[in-house]
Amino acid sequence: MSGTPIVVIPGSAAPDAPAPATPRHLPNRGGPANPSADALKAKFAGAVQRVEVIWGETSVYVERLKLGEMVQWLHDDPSQRYDYLSDVTAVEYRDPEQPIEVVWHLRSLPYRRFLRLKVDLPLDGKTPLEVPSVWGVYKGADWMERECYDMFGIRFAGHPDLRRILMWEQYHEGFPLRKDFPLRGRFSRAEQLRQALAANPEARYSMEELTVAQAFEDLPEAMRKRLLGGERTGE
Amino acid sequence: MGLTARPSDNLARQDPSAGAGESWVATRLDFLVNWGRAGSLWPMPFGTACCAIEFMATAASRFDLARFGMERMSFSPRQADVLICAGRVPFKLAPVLRRIWQQMPQPKWCISMGACASSGGMFDNYAVVQGIDTIIPVDVYVPGCPPRPEGLLYGILMLQEKVKRERMSDTSLRNEMDPDPKSGLYIPAQAIDELSEPFGNSVHQTRSGL
Amino acid sequence: MSTKRTVNVALGTSGLDEQGRPRRAPLTMNEGGTVTTLEPPPALEDALELEGEHMLINIGPQHPATHGVLRLVLELDGETVVRCIPHIGYLHCGFEKIGEYRQYNQVIPWTDREDYLNSIGNNVAFALGAERLFGIEITPRCTVLRVIAMELSRIISHLVWLGTTCIDIGAFTPFLWAFEQRERVYELLERWVGARLTTSATRVGGMAADIPAGWMDQLQHFIKTFPKTVDEIDRVLTTNGIWVGRTVGLGVMSADEAVNYGLSGPMVRASGVAFDVRRDFPYLDYETYDFEIPVGTNGDVYDRFLVRMEELRQSTRILAQAATRLPDGPVNSDDHRVVLPPKSKAMSDMESMIHHFKQVMEGPRPPLGESYVAVESPKGEKGYYMVSDGTAKPVRWRIRPPSFVNLSAIGKMVEGHLLSDVIAINASIDIVMGEIDR
Repeated sequence: MSGTPIVVIPGSAAPDAPAPATPRHLPNRGGPANPSADALKAKFAGAVQRVEVIWGETSVYVERLKLGEMVQWLHDDPSQRYDYLSDVTAVEYRDPEQPIEVVWHLRSLPYRRFLRLKVDLPLDGKTPLEVPSVWGVYKGADWMERECYDMFGIRFAGHPDLRRILMWEQYHEGFPLRKDFPLRGRFSRAEQLRQALAANPEARYSMEELTVAQAFEDLPEAMRKRLLGGERTGE
Repeated sequence: MGLTARPSDNLARQDPSAGAGESWVATRLDFLVNWGRAGSLWPMPFGTACCAIEFMATAASRFDLARFGMERMSFSPRQADVLICAGRVPFKLAPVLRRIWQQMPQPKWCISMGACASSGGMFDNYAVVQGIDTIIPVDVYVPGCPPRPEGLLYGILMLQEKVKRERMSDTSLRNEMDPDPKSGLYIPAQAIDELSEPFGNSVHQTRSGL
Repeated sequence: MSTKRTVNVALGTSGLDEQGRPRRAPLTMNEGGTVTTLEPPPALEDALELEGEHMLINIGPQHPATHGVLRLVLELDGETVVRCIPHIGYLHCGFEKIGEYRQYNQVIPWTDREDYLNSIGNNVAFALGAERLFGIEITPRCTVLRVIAMELSRIISHLVWLGTTCIDIGAFTPFLWAFEQRERVYELLERWVGARLTTSATRVGGMAADIPAGWMDQLQHFIKTFPKTVDEIDRVLTTNGIWVGRTVGLGVMSADEAVNYGLSGPMVRASGVAFDVRRDFPYLDYETYDFEIPVGTNGDVYDRFLVRMEELRQSTRILAQAATRLPDGPVNSDDHRVVLPPKSKAMSDMESMIHHFKQVMEGPRPPLGESYVAVESPKGEKGYYMVSDGTAKPVRWRIRPPSFVNLSAIGKMVEGHLLSDVIAINASIDIVMGEIDR
């Protein structure tokens, strides 16, 4: 019917990748770990704090500042080839003694592996809430890291444009997914509404936007001058 | 023609002194204008979430919104009569909704479709406006999460009834709300806080998680 | 990657067809009835030494072609997009925060409303994640029922995509056809779980309800008749000169880029990467079903359309297989720490009564741990990451939204295209703002 150029190819998995199967009867703790965990231990001896296998998923707790290097290696090394970043997020526990964990979920499409990397950020006031950005390795990390910053206040060093993404930029009630943030927000409903309505819906519809996106230099000279002179456009 | 007068005694906002001197011609003209308006309302679908999908289903072949003269979707607020707010409205969207309502020309009406638009629904949290009636005036609330197309159609019929009972001599219907200069809100802050008290489910989280 | 590409076109030949109606011809049609995309026009600077001002155009948040409340700020040079700055968050409703205040079964209604085109698929995905966290296995009947649910959900989601994209590009009729088929799936879902759109069909350890008597016959009828509509839409669009002309060569993502940007679902498959969670990281015994994964070659809007059309057919295939293998037996797991015992047992058996009481008063408690379960939603890899601290409520419920990640590549995809093509490219991503903003 559809004389279409659709081709059905069997997939790009490596020949020695395990045959996929629905996981069953996973143990709570233990079980076979992802082989990449041992490889990481061998390669970055001091930087791997511990490895846990929970419900069949391998979590590797790593040193905060070493993370960027490790992700780059996982991405590039031909025996690992973690080419797909599933997710970047964070977890804060109800117990304030427990550290905030930043979580990366990586997939190796050729070897059909799934790996979870974690970085502990203790809430002791001494450790900065900052981890290296993996944007240089995975372009897909851009918005996920922005969201993590927006919701938890965790900074990603090296991210090109770390702004709020879901909440508006003048939002100053705090970081909503932190445990000290009440479900209904810090302010009364009327105050929240007042602040929301005070926002100008056209606020970002302007050439200033471009300065944020590092595009200002590309504008024509005459236009740059006028903008620097304080002219507002688009409103 | 069979043009019979409709009882207007249940008009909520009618000024009794305004209608006293109205002639038979004026009421007939009212009827004709309202009949025309009610049968050709152009909706402005402000669809945000799940309700927008049910709105699309209402407009599609099986439920066929065209039967009520509403098949002409007006995606520009400047040519629209009815704002159908279908879906939840977070605080970030509140100024946008307000702006769209201001851009619509009079006469205009608003249908709040679904629980979230009407009251915040199940989203009693930091992000969602607890009912769009704190931002813009609403004529008809359609309950449901999301309302079935039949429910929306019933709401539209109710709005048509309302349109048919308006009187041109009552100019207060067409007054635009102005915000309170001090707070910037359209209804008193106490009223908003009172309307959005938590109801039912817990909004507190304990260490034990219970 | 060159954007030049030739596609055979049937409806685009000029003259009259067999019935004597005029045929529509696109501007770029060749002699033999093919359409070749034009080479991109030379850059303005090369043609004329003009220093033009760039213009900013704002699309959204309320715009029919943004499929919700997306806002795009486009910087234009003439009519060509130089830069696209998306703004999202206009539908941020705090799903993840609310999940921390609800027990596991109470979260399921929220999963409906997050990607509301795929609500029953989200229910299944959440239940799978919670079941891994609780460490329970589901019954064979439940497994097959969930496969049926997921594939029905994929069909209705792709139909919405098809209908709305057709409207964006200028064809209205397929929208009506697609929505008529959706109504038929709605009827099925309504008979099963009682709701059209927001289904809340699963529970941790099972389903909310078994299918009613006669339901399978209705499903079989749907399986038999639905491909006709797909063929019909296929016939109208796939070789239609206007459709091809408006979709070919737009928003090209190469295979490497697509993987690097984290694209998933039809977006990554259109670029030639056969990544499908159903096959590569299977769940619900998907490895035992016989289905094919359509893969495109060019990674443009037209290929995404073809991939989704083929997925509609493959989903029907999976539905047919699931319908024949549906085993008898219980739907819910018999682990009464998590699944409510039947009422008769709760009233007569002491242990069952205690389980019932504990579950209703406190909610089931998973052991310490965490689970990330990804499923292939119609948009791509939808993951639910749940962390338990041993209490009845998750300490973190994270949604990995496929269309959020897919949309993040829009700036890359629309660069250098015309303003009118932005609409087609944006439509091809199949975004759902409820899922993007959560």
